[in-house]
Parts: sequence; C-alpha cells; structure tokens
Amino acid sequence: MTSAAPNYELLQQDGLETSLLEVSMGPHHPSTHGVFRMDVKLDGETVVDLKPVFGYLHRNHEKLAENMTYLSSMPFTDRLDYFNSMTNNWAYALAAEKLIEVEVPERAEYLRVIMAELTRLVNHVSLVGFFLNDLGALGTPLMYAFREREKILDLFEQASGARMMCNYFRFGGLRNDVPEGWLGRAREVADRFPVFLDEYEQLLCENEIILSRTQGVGVLSRELAISAGITGPMLRASGVNYDLRKVDQYGIYDRFKFRVPYGEAGDCYDRFMIRMLEMRESIEILKQALDGIEDGPVMGNAPRVFKPKPAEVYGRIEGPKGELGFYLIADGTPKPYRYRVRPPSLINLTVLRDMCLGGKIADTVIILGSIDIVLGEVDR
Amino acid sequence: MSILGGGIFKGMAVTLRNFVGSYFYRDRLVTNDYSWRPEDKLPQSIGDYPKEKGEQLRDTTTVTNYSRNFPMLLHDGGEPMDTVRCVACQICERECPPQCIYIEKSTEKKENAGGKPQFYPATFDIDVSVCMSCQICVEVCPFDAIVMNSQFELSTPNRFGGLLVRRDDLLKSNDYYHRIHPEEAAARDKRMADEKAAKEAKKKAAAEAAIKKAEEKAKAEAEAESKEEAGDKKEGAE
Repeated sequence: MTSAAPNYELLQQDGLETSLLEVSMGPHHPSTHGVFRMDVKLDGETVVDLKPVFGYLHRNHEKLAENMTYLSSMPFTDRLDYFNSMTNNWAYALAAEKLIEVEVPERAEYLRVIMAELTRLVNHVSLVGFFLNDLGALGTPLMYAFREREKILDLFEQASGARMMCNYFRFGGLRNDVPEGWLGRAREVADRFPVFLDEYEQLLCENEIILSRTQGVGVLSRELAISAGITGPMLRASGVNYDLRKVDQYGIYDRFKFRVPYGEAGDCYDRFMIRMLEMRESIEILKQALDGIEDGPVMGNAPRVFKPKPAEVYGRIEGPKGELGFYLIADGTPKPYRYRVRPPSLINLTVLRDMCLGGKIADTVIILGSIDIVLGEVDR
Repeated sequence: MSILGGGIFKGMAVTLRNFVGSYFYRDRLVTNDYSWRPEDKLPQSIGDYPKEKGEQLRDTTTVTNYSRNFPMLLHDGGEPMDTVRCVACQICERECPPQCIYIEKSTEKKENAGGKPQFYPATFDIDVSVCMSCQICVEVCPFDAIVMNSQFELSTPNRFGGLLVRRDDLLKSNDYYHRIHPEEAAARDKRMADEKAAKEAKKKAAAEAAIKKAEEKAKAEAEAESKEEAGDKKEGAE
C-alpha cells in the first residue's frame, strides 16, 4: 500500500516544541465493533498515521476445517460473520457443490435466495444502526433498526431453529423445508419493510448533522478501491458497478429483476446511502422469489460424508459485506487438504489507513463504521 | 433543504411519533411478538412458569418445530436402556465439530428395540459447555437415535460435573420427542417405518429369489441327472 501521508515534522510554534501523540484506540473501544485496535498517531486532532492491529479473535477456522469432514465445518462458517450466517453457509455450499457435482432442487434455490436477501436486510439494517451509533446518535436509530432485524431473525428461527447460528444450508439443498405458513410471514415482513425504510430515511437522510459529518469524509477513490480488491457495497459506493449477483449469476439470480445502486463520491455518506438503496432492491428480489417459489423437495441426492476426487474449487457469492469466497483443495480424502476463506471484511479493512490519513480523529470512528467489518470474519 | 435544521426537525418528528405511538399502537404495547405462534402454545399466565428444577416452562419449549438446544438420546419407551436405539457406532463422536461427545462401547451385546442383539453405549457423555447446537450428530446418525432437545434451563452451580450430561440423563422417550417437536417427530417416524417396510420387502424379495433360485437349481440338477442317466443308458445300450 502506498503511503499518502504528508511528511509531518515536529512542529515548531511560537518557539515551543510540539510532538506527535500516539493513541491506542481499542481493543475494547466501543466504536471498534469488537476486539480491534488502531494505533493512531495524531498531530493535534489530525490523523498522521494509523496502524490497524487485529487477530484478537483468531479461532483457527481454516486449520480446524482441514481436520474435519466437509459437512462438519458447515456450522463453523456461521461463526465467521455472525450477522450473516446464511450467506456464509451458501458460499461454502457453493464451493463444496462444485466438488461433488450435485443438483440443487428448484425450491431449495428459491429458498436460498430468500434467505440470502433476508440476511442482506439484517446486515444492512444493523450496519446503518451501528453507523449512526458511531456518529453519536446513541440508541434511537440502532433500536429502530434492531426492532426490524428481530422480525427477520424470528423468521430464521422458525425455519432453521436458531436466530443467528442458522447452519441451514447443506450440500445439495437445505436441511429442512420451511414450516407451514412461513412464506406468508416472510411476505408480511417484505411488505412492511419499506414502511420502516421510509421512516428511517425521514429520520436520517436529510439530517444536517449527518450530512456535515459524513459528506466528503473518508473518500475512497475508484482507482484505489479497484486496486486494493475492495468488493461489495464499499466498491459500489466508489462508483464501480460490480455485483457478483449480476456478474456470476450464481444460484438463480439470473431470474430476478433488480438494480445495482452505485455511488459517485466514495465518501461515508455514499457508503451509508448505498446500503439504504440496496435494502430496497433486496425487498424487490424477495417479493419476486416469494412469487416464484413452488412446492417440491429441498434436498438433492447428496451424500453426508463423501470423498471427492482431487480438485481445486472456488465458490464465491455477493455477501452483504462483499465477495465472500471459499477455496477448497480436495485430495481424495473426506477432509479438505486446504481450506481458505476470502473474507470481505478483512480485505475491505486494508484501505482504512488511506481513508483516515489527513482526517480528524473523530472521523476515523465513522470511517471504520462505514467499512462494515465483523471481527469474527476479519480474524477468523 | 430549504431551511437550516429542517432535516433535524423532520427526524425529531419521527422520534416523537414513535414515542407517542408506543403508548397507543396495539402491536407496540407488548414487547414480545408471538403472533406467529398458535394460540394454545402461548404461555397463559405466570403460573405456567416451572416451580421445580428440571421442569419445563409449559409449551414454550415448542417455540418452533426446529428449535434446538442440546442433543438427547431416544428410546422407544419402557425401561430406557432396554429400548435404546443407539448402538454405539460412534459416528456422531467422529463427526461432532467441537468434539463434545464421548462414547464407550459395551463389551457384550444386548437385545435392543429392534429385537436384534446389538452393542449399546456403556458411556455416553455430552459436554454441553462445548456443544454448539449444530445438529450435525442428528443428521449423521443412521439409527435415528440422537435428536435435539429444546430444554433450555440448564444453569447449574457445578461448573464441571453439572455441564457434563451423562447417558441416563440424556435418555428421553420417543413420546417426549413427539411432545416437543410434533411435526419433526412424526416425519421421522414415518420415514423410519417406510425404511423398515422397504427393508422387509427387500428381505422378502431376496428370500423369494433364494427359494426360486434353489428350485431352479434343483430342477437343473434333476435335469442333469436325468440326462446323465439317459447317457448311462445309452452307454449301456452300446
């Protein structure tokens, strides 16, 4: 990464010698969304240098998975990005399904899309809540957001048995069909959600404080975003129209009509608004999927424990945070020889320093909030 | 955007509407939304709350059909160890992602629910402080012996022994399973019955085929013998 830092010398003012101040933010700072630390060098209030320090939540995910069968590491993928267990499951299932070449039934494909879009709503709505929390709007926006999130988590609980650690996807389909009446309840949530979004936009999007705190703050240029491998809403906020749901069209995303919003400035406000707009598109996909779903089996003819032929596969999806990929190398045994996760949180975090340099210390908190990281996925 | 601070006032109006609304909207008055639950599954009064330890909050255990907490072992009723389904094959122990199951196989065989002499688990411990409720053990079990319980009041002052659930505490009857997960249990029973029927049909077919084969063989042998006899006669004639 190139250093864009201006060469700050010790400043001489009125004959008094001043020095840079080193502040260690975290690992228990409330704004760092988990155990994450930033070593910040400050000149007054201006950030001169920033060093992210992470790894406090390292749980050996990849090595663990190499020592157990393919199915057994499915519940561990829930714990990567614990807001989006459904999409994590899907990315891993996609990779493993390439290994064993199994057909996924139609109904399972629809349910997968429904679950993924509900997850996107959960992620974005809580991100926006936390982002406002970082801005200093303590409580109210986050509570409104969590009120809506809880309705979707109820749906997850009814379908999979758990609110957050769903462990719902299987190679070749889903673990079980949704219970009776579930689709109706999902439609109710999808119908009511735009009402909440309207209210939320009224509450926030024209607020002068939010505009002045976020516009022009933490600008990520289009060029840097592309060269640093940034994906997801953050890349689109910088003006790149790239969405794996359109590019790869994994699953049955080619059947749905939706738009991909993208920003211009690449500042914190764009990143915030992208999420607001994406939620509306997710609801569109949800409604189409709920219209199109038909009865049928949800599990293909896939074995529980299997020995795939030696091969290398990469399965990726457009997670709510960016491109989530699983890279597997099979060597003919029931366990993967190599298991690698491409975590969007970690890779999006790499540009934190470039966005913060030259800004104020209070802005680093907002910039970090707008990246949307979950430390479970950064550290794995 | 016309007047400075207009957006703030607009936002404040939303907050105020929510604040006042929380006293008047019917659906906002209760914190818990149980609207998706059947009427008879709602906790009716404070009297439903368990008074004795180990007793469950009545009917709230069936939060959903798929709710899961920690595994339990199924038996088919009667004396638990006489009808236990588990044959100590140890597949769940191997597949368990956090490795929280410990099984010791019995040394001698005993008749189980199916009427066949089988091994049984001499020790079957689940460390629920390690278990992550993922349900992999349920899915890999070929004997439908282990399923998820929905009992959640498991707090104990005994940190080590109290969170290690032993075999006898894990054993629950199939009736209990039907009570906590009615739909899932019915589907499982149906599948087991189908599989059993299919197996018996196959066995029957195999037995019939064997009889037929034996008959054919006898016939062929008889034919061969008669041919041989004919040959002998021929030889004799020459």
